Amino acid sequence: MTAIRRFLPGWLSSYAVLYLLFLYLPVIFLPIFSINTAATPKFPLSGVTLHWYEDLPRTPALIDATWNSLIVGVSASILSTVLGILAARSITRYRYPGRRAINGLIMAPLVLPEVIVAISMLLVMLQLGLSLSLFTVVLGHVLVCIPYSMTVLTSGFEGFDRSLEEASADLGESAFGTFRRVTLPMVAPAIISSLLVCFTISLDEFIIAFFLTGTEATLPIYIWGQLRFAAKLPGVLALGTLLLFASFLLMTTAEILRRRAARRTQNEGGLYA
Amino acid sequence: MLERVQSERTQTDRTMIEIRDVTRSYGSFKALDNASLAIREGEFFSLLGPSGCGKTTLLRMIAGFDKPTSGSIAVDGQPMDGIPANRRPTNMVFQSYAIFPHLNVEQNVAYGLKRLKLDAGAEKHRVGEALAQVSLTGLGKRRATELSGGQRQRVALARALVMRPKVLLLDEPLSALDKKLREQMQVELRRLQQAVGITFVLVTHDQYEALAMSDRIAVMFGGKIAQVASPKEIYQRPVNRQVADFLGGMNFVKAEIVEENGASLVLDTLGFGRVRADKPRAFVRNGGAATLGIRPERLRVLWDNATAKFEVSGKVVERHYFGEITHLIVEIPGLEKPLSVTETNDFGADDIPVGAPIRLAYDPEALVAMAD
Repeated sequence: MTAIRRFLPGWLSSYAVLYLLFLYLPVIFLPIFSINTAATPKFPLSGVTLHWYEDLPRTPALIDATWNSLIVGVSASILSTVLGILAARSITRYRYPGRRAINGLIMAPLVLPEVIVAISMLLVMLQLGLSLSLFTVVLGHVLVCIPYSMTVLTSGFEGFDRSLEEASADLGESAFGTFRRVTLPMVAPAIISSLLVCFTISLDEFIIAFFLTGTEATLPIYIWGQLRFAAKLPGVLALGTLLLFASFLLMTTAEILRRRAARRTQNEGGLYA
Repeated sequence: MLERVQSERTQTDRTMIEIRDVTRSYGSFKALDNASLAIREGEFFSLLGPSGCGKTTLLRMIAGFDKPTSGSIAVDGQPMDGIPANRRPTNMVFQSYAIFPHLNVEQNVAYGLKRLKLDAGAEKHRVGEALAQVSLTGLGKRRATELSGGQRQRVALARALVMRPKVLLLDEPLSALDKKLREQMQVELRRLQQAVGITFVLVTHDQYEALAMSDRIAVMFGGKIAQVASPKEIYQRPVNRQVADFLGGMNFVKAEIVEENGASLVLDTLGFGRVRADKPRAFVRNGGAATLGIRPERLRVLWDNATAKFEVSGKVVERHYFGEITHLIVEIPGLEKPLSVTETNDFGADDIPVGAPIRLAYDPEALVAMAD
């Protein structure tokens, strides 16, 4: 027994290291090969260069794809956050029959196979007679973003003490004034967090965009197209690295804001001395 | 025990809040059932009762967060029908305090003043004044999240008082505080009310809180107002067993009405013999049966050869020690239930052996007749 116990801590920490390596090793290769002078991703590196990054802004197709991604990302994040606010407010604030079922159904797209969702959406769009464009991509992205938006927003709205709004009314403030001076400032971090999360998801999303876009490529689709040419690989790696860092940054900011929102609404009534 | 702060009465005879035949139904359930009440200007008034008795519903209707199903409420002579909470001359201290967590103490207190569009100096002065009233001077820049429970409560008070309301409504404001702080705040709240002279309406389920602070108390059960009176009268002359029971220990003795006239009753009991007692104002005779009550502290142990004009004798069956007092359970021949007696420990009540014979003195004035 004691032998196992002595052995265990060392074993556990190496297990943890392996665990993290498994998760992040592939990701680490991306920035490493993106600064390699050779076009083939092979160790040892033949030299270090920022050449591939400098080339990026000089590729018109890439610039177009970036614009498309930004347009889709901003539209999808605003739309899904607005819809998310309405649903999250209703779920956290009111008690009514079917509340749990509705919540479950809103969260379900999270676990549906994305390829299937993409194909069904394609069928629906064609049935509706919509021609494929960035607009259809936005609709598809709203569908996948809403569950994430809901998760972030319900955690921000949950525990919002209703008496805060009553207190505001009691002190003479109108309904709109209460919304502006109490409700909005308190849930703003959660809303911004939801916008960032949705934007990030839309920016990285491939399958739905692949099925629903017409001739206008978003960034992931542009990358997919470039992979056919071996010589373009380092450029793709450089672009991928940038996307990776952008996503990481956005998600971290979003999580910080989400926690701040949750703290604001949930510490009400706590801290008794 | 709690000390009642003695000071000038701030109340006048003018009615500040008039509640007339107010009923609030939720489907077939009546949270408030035809309640009528007049609260005077400058009075510290408490709505006391167990949870679900309708006291909070009534308070929320005065504040404008709830509407009566029928009946009317007037504040300072003005009917409140259709007037929303933000245009009523009342302010509220919430049970959860509802301090705005994104604002600091000063901003919380100034919240309602912003709409009055005072000039900066006047607003600052009023905020400072309100903070001083609740002893929070110097904490204005403190974040709401950095406050202790007691401080949050003071901020909630200052935020309401700064509006100079005609009525301050307090929804169980002390229930979240620990015992010691609660007792300290009871004294402070009473002192504050005396200083500002505003009508305070307090909702509480804690009878000691209501007794210690109020000018008058309304005791409520099941949506109905059972009794409205001063703390002393509520405690000493409860109108029925429910009120008596809710306000602390009470021994109940079965009695038979022998004679009933204008102001008094003559009753026959097994343990206390034939007694004369004041007739409660709202006494409704229910056949020949009534109940006689006596508070445990109004029964006094008679030592050695001491005698009293009115006494009962029996046997100690249980003894419970509570530090400054001892609680004795005494069996009296003829009584169906043993009597509870509380005696201070200065003479050695804590040493009375269980099983010992005992004699108890009482003052017939302390006997309360109640409708059965």
